[in-house]
Amino acid sequence: MSPLDKQAQAEKVKAEMLKIYPTKVARKRAKQIIINDVQPGEVVPEIKANTRTIPGIITMRGCSYAGCKGVVLGPTRDIVHITHGPIGCSFYSWLTRRNQTRPKTEADVNYMPYALSTDMQEEQIIFGGEKKLKQAIEEAIAIFNPRAIGIYATCPVGLIGDDVHSVARAMEEKYPHINIFGFSCEGYKGVSQSAGHHIANNKVFTDVVGLTHVKKAGKFVVNLLGEYNIGGDAFEIDRIFEKCGITLQSTFSGNSVYDDFTNAHMADLNLVMCHRSINYMADMMEKKYGIPWYKVNFIGAQSSADSLRKIAAYYEDAELTARVEKVIAEEMPAVLKAQAEIKPRCQGKTAMMFVGGSRAHHYQDLFSEIGMQTLSAGYEFAHRDDYEGRKVLPSIEMDADTRNIEEIVVKPDPEAFAPRITPEKKAELAQQGGLRWNDYEGMMAQMENSSLVIDDLNHHEAEVLIEKYHPDIFCAGVKEKYVVQKYGIPMKQLHSYDYSGPYAGFKGAVNFYREIDRMVNTKIWGMISAPWDKEPQVTGTYGWD
Amino acid sequence: MLLRHTDDKIIERSALTINPAKTCQPIGAMYAALGIHRCLPHSHGSQGCCAYHRSALTRHYKEPVMAGTSSFTEGASVFGGQANLLEAINNIFTIYKPDVIAVHTTCLSETIGDDIAQISSKAQEEGKIPPGKYVIRASTPSYVGSHVTGFGNMVKGMVEGFSAASDTLENQINVIPGYVEPSDMAEIKRILNEMQIKAVVFPDTSEVLNTPQTGKYEMYPKGGTTIPELRSTGRSRRTFALGQIASGPAAKLLDTKCKVPCTLLNLPIGLRNTDIFLESLRQQTGAGVPDSLRLERGQLLDVITDMHQYLYGKKVALVGDPDHLVALTQFLKDLDMDVRHVVTGTPGKKFVTRIQEITGPKVNAFEAKDMFHFHQLIKQERVDLILGNTYAKYIARDEDIPLVRMGFPIYDRIGHQYFPLVGYRGALRLLEKMLSALMDRQDRDAAEESFELVM
Ligand code: SF4
Ligand code: SF4
Repeated sequence: MSPLDKQAQAEKVKAEMLKIYPTKVARKRAKQIIINDVQPGEVVPEIKANTRTIPGIITMRGCSYAGCKGVVLGPTRDIVHITHGPIGCSFYSWLTRRNQTRPKTEADVNYMPYALSTDMQEEQIIFGGEKKLKQAIEEAIAIFNPRAIGIYATCPVGLIGDDVHSVARAMEEKYPHINIFGFSCEGYKGVSQSAGHHIANNKVFTDVVGLTHVKKAGKFVVNLLGEYNIGGDAFEIDRIFEKCGITLQSTFSGNSVYDDFTNAHMADLNLVMCHRSINYMADMMEKKYGIPWYKVNFIGAQSSADSLRKIAAYYEDAELTARVEKVIAEEMPAVLKAQAEIKPRCQGKTAMMFVGGSRAHHYQDLFSEIGMQTLSAGYEFAHRDDYEGRKVLPSIEMDADTRNIEEIVVKPDPEAFAPRITPEKKAELAQQGGLRWNDYEGMMAQMENSSLVIDDLNHHEAEVLIEKYHPDIFCAGVKEKYVVQKYGIPMKQLHSYDYSGPYAGFKGAVNFYREIDRMVNTKIWGMISAPWDKEPQVTGTYGWD
Repeated sequence: MLLRHTDDKIIERSALTINPAKTCQPIGAMYAALGIHRCLPHSHGSQGCCAYHRSALTRHYKEPVMAGTSSFTEGASVFGGQANLLEAINNIFTIYKPDVIAVHTTCLSETIGDDIAQISSKAQEEGKIPPGKYVIRASTPSYVGSHVTGFGNMVKGMVEGFSAASDTLENQINVIPGYVEPSDMAEIKRILNEMQIKAVVFPDTSEVLNTPQTGKYEMYPKGGTTIPELRSTGRSRRTFALGQIASGPAAKLLDTKCKVPCTLLNLPIGLRNTDIFLESLRQQTGAGVPDSLRLERGQLLDVITDMHQYLYGKKVALVGDPDHLVALTQFLKDLDMDVRHVVTGTPGKKFVTRIQEITGPKVNAFEAKDMFHFHQLIKQERVDLILGNTYAKYIARDEDIPLVRMGFPIYDRIGHQYFPLVGYRGALRLLEKMLSALMDRQDRDAAEESFELVM
């Protein structure tokens, strides 16, 4: 299709989406459905993001509790997570996110298969639930005797005036050997899971990071932020790092333990995977401890290789550089072999992806490695910077929903602040090594012109996309999965990976190619119409006539 | 061990629930509402609840589950959700065009005290509800009851919203099937059909949550009880309510509101409760039990007598919803199995008595308890078989006990969408599942010399 046709088609599709909306909805959505147009210097059109979902719209989004307890804290296996609220919130976040965890021994602590809740009853709604929460903490201590307890507030909690923080403080006084902290992550905070990420970042930063000071052995000690070990992604990244001789001081928070967080400030460098959910932590750690950060991406074999080279570039260590190159050289043949086999079958096919706050961007790399083109993409709960790049941060307007989420003012720690790198060196590495400090270029700069970028895609718009573009594969979450498949189009879940994976790193890339090959090339979709659907009914003749 | 921190010492807990054996009201309400033809369930609260409920139902059915949300933000939580709901109603009728919006509340809107009745009449006044379209409602605070209560409340909301009393009766009955699967609802309809009884079965999620792959997505699939059918429930001769908690409230309201008398029965799971269901249909309607159903009953009985030795005395632990557990316990008891532990998370004082009436007093039966407690009971007294939802597989794996999946949610297997547990056929299916589980175990554990070819 010529660029002009492509543009015209995008405009038509956008108009089609907006057509049935009431005026107010149409006006708002028009700013969230953007036809991409990349100008030199990564200049892209403005997109409205991180704003309220309009009531009645069938959205993909969840709540702040899901972002806090579910996403950021959930993967840590030795923190006891107590949900303070009625039963549902805890029930639905019980093991449903597929964060894999691997305790080192059979005797090691693992609370992940447990869902703990105060199961609030009417009595607590009327008279307050703090007493029950305290008692619940007592009981959790009696049964699990954990080192740390997180308390997560759900919607009614804020409303009835329960203060999870004061309960946490009181209980910590009683049990000084246990770190007890609360999260005001009521589901109505903010406009999506995103608020919960921020709330989680804040509390872990103020109450957990920096409590102990053990640096892991190794010459190159880094933190990986925003990798949650869905389907074992973090295991694959661990494997690669180990091969390269890079030590992971901590991962936030896939396969993590509490101690990883308390010691995280000892690392040399912060690598940010999922910018949306964890950039606050990276920023705060830089301000308080002087740890620099930049963005990496281990989704896609080429992106993984590039990210490893970025780490080597930071350390400027000949040995590390050589080792990284050796690892890439060792890993790539299997990747290239799989590409050579699979690419001819997938070349030219099209994909769409609408997920989360980073995957809709990262997975475009993987698709392009097998010759597949992303027609349209968008995030569920990202902000403008995730689309347009962090350069737009100063111009993002503060609205009431965002203002309600605490922004912590961080100052250098009088003792622990130790800049790992001088500003001059930073500038030099930016020049020579291409390291983009504190930056994320965003999704749009990488996407083709005239492709549709859609924030907070809803059910109606998804239908229009599918009907107008007929993509060969569509990626989103579980709620969208079977809608898409009813259209006869394969759908890949990019939250849960459809219970497979890993897809990160080199081995993960091969897994992903094979999975997509399976999905877009299966003949089963061709069997939807039955033989009798194709021919008009024959009447009155029998085989034996 | 996955549940390595669970030991057999039971510490009394009064505040902490660990691994719940229930979930919250709205999901039951959402599920029930999907059983109305061309209905969009709507969750009045923050959008997280709705996302969670839709996800859970989707994982369980592997089908699209559509629902709207009022998307409360902090402002709505402080000032009330009226503006959100009005806007939602307008948007939903304009964009998604259902015939009915079934609004249920969440903990948040209940705590705020939003008055849905008042808000929907305001929507009516403001012309936000197009002619011929409806908004019905149910109050479903999750700090009361469980998902089963929520189901019951939404079915009651259907009666409230649709059932109209009349002096001229229809030659039909109502059947409220209880919180059962689409396959079960279809099976109940088939049984009624076999008996040539005209009935309104509501709600009815068959062909809504087990739709075919046609290459064409239908937001409102073929299935579901229609509005005229729901309206006519007030003119039916009798209501058969299956399952006390899930179906009781609606049946009672039909009685008080429309003077339709009701027969409250256990879920027709297992031989005896299916017998009771058919017998009371026969008694009340005068319909006969056709040969087709006699055949199914006979086949079920035949398998039970043939395979009795593999069931006799086997110890079983059950976890799930009260209406199911009561009927199941009866079935297992009739199979001469030894029901040891029965746990539900749903509160209800009568539950324990009802189980004990079936099993005698020596059973560990608990209401308002959790799966942690259930696991501890199993640790204290081992069983041969566990019946429970997907979460029970963590216990089954740790304890190396066979599991038959039953109840909600089943996230990790298919079948419940398509094959019923109710009726004689359902009982046969359950029997087959239990026998396979027990006999596979016998095969796995048998010494080489006693590995049986014929069983
Ligand atoms: S707040 Fe209430 S309705 Fe919402 S998920 Fe939690 S328990 Fe369920
Ligand atoms: S929106 Fe509120 S009540 Fe609903 S799941 Fe989230 S925290 Fe729970």
